[in-house]
Amino acid sequence: MKGNPLRSVLSGGTATAAALLVLIFAVVFVINPSFAEPSSMLAFVKKAAPLVILAAGQYFVIASGEFDLSVGSLVGAQVVIAAKLLDGEDSRTVPVLFLMLVFGLLVGVVNGLVTTLLRVPSFITTLGMMLVLYGAIRLWTGGAPTGALTEAFRQPGRGGIDAGAIGLVPWSLFVMLAVGALAVLLMRSPFGRTLLAVGDNPVAASFSGIRVALVRTGAFVLSSLLATVAAILIGGYAGVTAQVGTGLEFVAITAVVLGGVALGGGKGFVSAAMGGAIVLEALFTLFNQLGLPSTARPAVQGVIIIAAVALAAPQLSGTRRPPRRGTATAAPVPTPEPVG
Amino acid sequence: MRVASPGLPRVGTTAIVYAALVALLVISTALVAARGGSFLSQANTVDMLTRSSLLGFVAIGQTLVILCRSLDLSVGYVMALSSLVAATTMNGDPNRIVLGAGAALGVSALVGLVNGLVITGLKVNAFIATLGTGLLLKAYLDTRYKGPSGAVPEAFQLFGYMRIAIVPLSTAVMLVLAVLGWILLQRTRVGYHMFAVGGNDEVARLSGVRTGRTVITAHVLCSVMAGVAGLLIAARFGTGSAQVYSLGYDLDSIAAVVLGGTLLLGGRGSVAGTVGGVLILATLDTAFNVLQVDPFFKDVLRGAIIVVAVALYARRQIDPTSSRARFRGGGGHGPDPVPAAPPPRTGTTKAEVTS
Repeated sequence: MKGNPLRSVLSGGTATAAALLVLIFAVVFVINPSFAEPSSMLAFVKKAAPLVILAAGQYFVIASGEFDLSVGSLVGAQVVIAAKLLDGEDSRTVPVLFLMLVFGLLVGVVNGLVTTLLRVPSFITTLGMMLVLYGAIRLWTGGAPTGALTEAFRQPGRGGIDAGAIGLVPWSLFVMLAVGALAVLLMRSPFGRTLLAVGDNPVAASFSGIRVALVRTGAFVLSSLLATVAAILIGGYAGVTAQVGTGLEFVAITAVVLGGVALGGGKGFVSAAMGGAIVLEALFTLFNQLGLPSTARPAVQGVIIIAAVALAAPQLSGTRRPPRRGTATAAPVPTPEPVG
Repeated sequence: MRVASPGLPRVGTTAIVYAALVALLVISTALVAARGGSFLSQANTVDMLTRSSLLGFVAIGQTLVILCRSLDLSVGYVMALSSLVAATTMNGDPNRIVLGAGAALGVSALVGLVNGLVITGLKVNAFIATLGTGLLLKAYLDTRYKGPSGAVPEAFQLFGYMRIAIVPLSTAVMLVLAVLGWILLQRTRVGYHMFAVGGNDEVARLSGVRTGRTVITAHVLCSVMAGVAGLLIAARFGTGSAQVYSLGYDLDSIAAVVLGGTLLLGGRGSVAGTVGGVLILATLDTAFNVLQVDPFFKDVLRGAIIVVAVALYARRQIDPTSSRARFRGGGGHGPDPVPAAPPPRTGTTKAEVTS
């Protein structure tokens, strides 16, 4: 970090997210003072954790210049797979968790390889994956989810440590913090640097010796693995339904964008993306407290995402670098093919 | 950046799309014949053409937007809104057909105008802008309309059911609009500008193209096309329906456009290809129905086929024949069809900004 580290963090969207969060909670506390109690706040965290984790996963893919539309149906698929394989048998919990991670890994690898090696736009790759997962899972279970989750499986999503006065500290808080810490560390590692370089300009990145395909595939694998972790928490928190996971991909992308991360890649902080997810959940809580009819919520959500991006737009595309449009596919003047 | 081997004529992307369509028709016919049926029977053909009209309207509009390197995720909601506006305005009165259709298309155009203004004026990414307006429309539709409402007079329902020989009226209208779209892209200034803006926004602007205006035009036309699809919904159902947005026409139309060989990154593509893509999807659906494929297996196949097809095109995505003559690679630039990067004037890279 060359210049002032604080300034670069502030301009990255973290500050906007934090300011929004403070504002939203201030309103929530005024409307309902009991929400400020630790137990309510911890319940909020429990509810928000899966989206925060999904946003971290989506961040990696978006920062590398791609999209992952398959996470919603992957979450649904994983929960249904867990219920079907567990079938209420406690002894199967650990093997099934392991299997879910392997399945997540596989989905990520397929998404990544199809996008990078077959050069299918990730929008289409992951849209296809979304359809395939949606159909395959229902085909396998005959339409409606079968089986049952075990008590042990549901613990991470709804259980916690009893901390006496402040109530139940949910496991999902620890999972969320661990994922957050690992994600931040990863973005500070060489992998994180190359990820942003790839998202910024894949051609330049490949000329400087980065294996673009490998890095992007890594991003898809991270997204799918984190979607699997989110699925474990969501399954634990909400149980199994046929609708679980539906539409989560757009919510996750919204959260990431709310955190000031540029669609198109190369810019933004993973911490801000996760902050964006918390803001979004806080917003949903606010809607609850305001007694807004549930049908009117999308309107507020729509206005806020447009406003957040519009406010971020001048500094994102104007003063710092030439407009993104056109640069993504642009190549330098004919030069030899990169070696390796 | 492979150079086509000299001497071999290049096959256009659109030609491949139609070759794939013919192959698909042959395979489907063979599969159905093996089961003792006839795939190209009148009933099946009508079913196929009917399916293609609805998606066709949306996909033609989506083509214009994607050519400009934009995207419209709000089309499903515009369809629903248009069907409701048409049905409630007409309210069963045959004298109000023109008024109802006009109101529906006007409202749709307004949504497109908002989309375009948000994208070009507020500089919001098209993905977020249209997702946002879509959410706004969803909230309005869900709050205002609890169920189907309004009624469409008998005369207007003909738009949904009338047939000329085996060609449904709606398909004929879709094809006419496709031809108009083709003329717009190939023969008019606005069409030139759309290719230019999608190819390279900055270069287009420096060449004197009013890029904002072009993108707004594309979005208005796209929403109007979605509005026409909404009219067709109203004509078929006999009433307006808010639930249309859950049918997935937004993502389907994008899939059809890309399947038709239009580059998702803009600047290259054609309406003819899109119509081919729509026909491919419609043929698949009809074939699955005739073969009684499990509906869930249908989703799996659909997803896999879309990805595989696009993977096959991706090898030749940088195909000079699918862009307009003026913007083709070659010429004085040698065989490299990739547009040159704009000079890095500010010199700041993203890596510096974020680290």
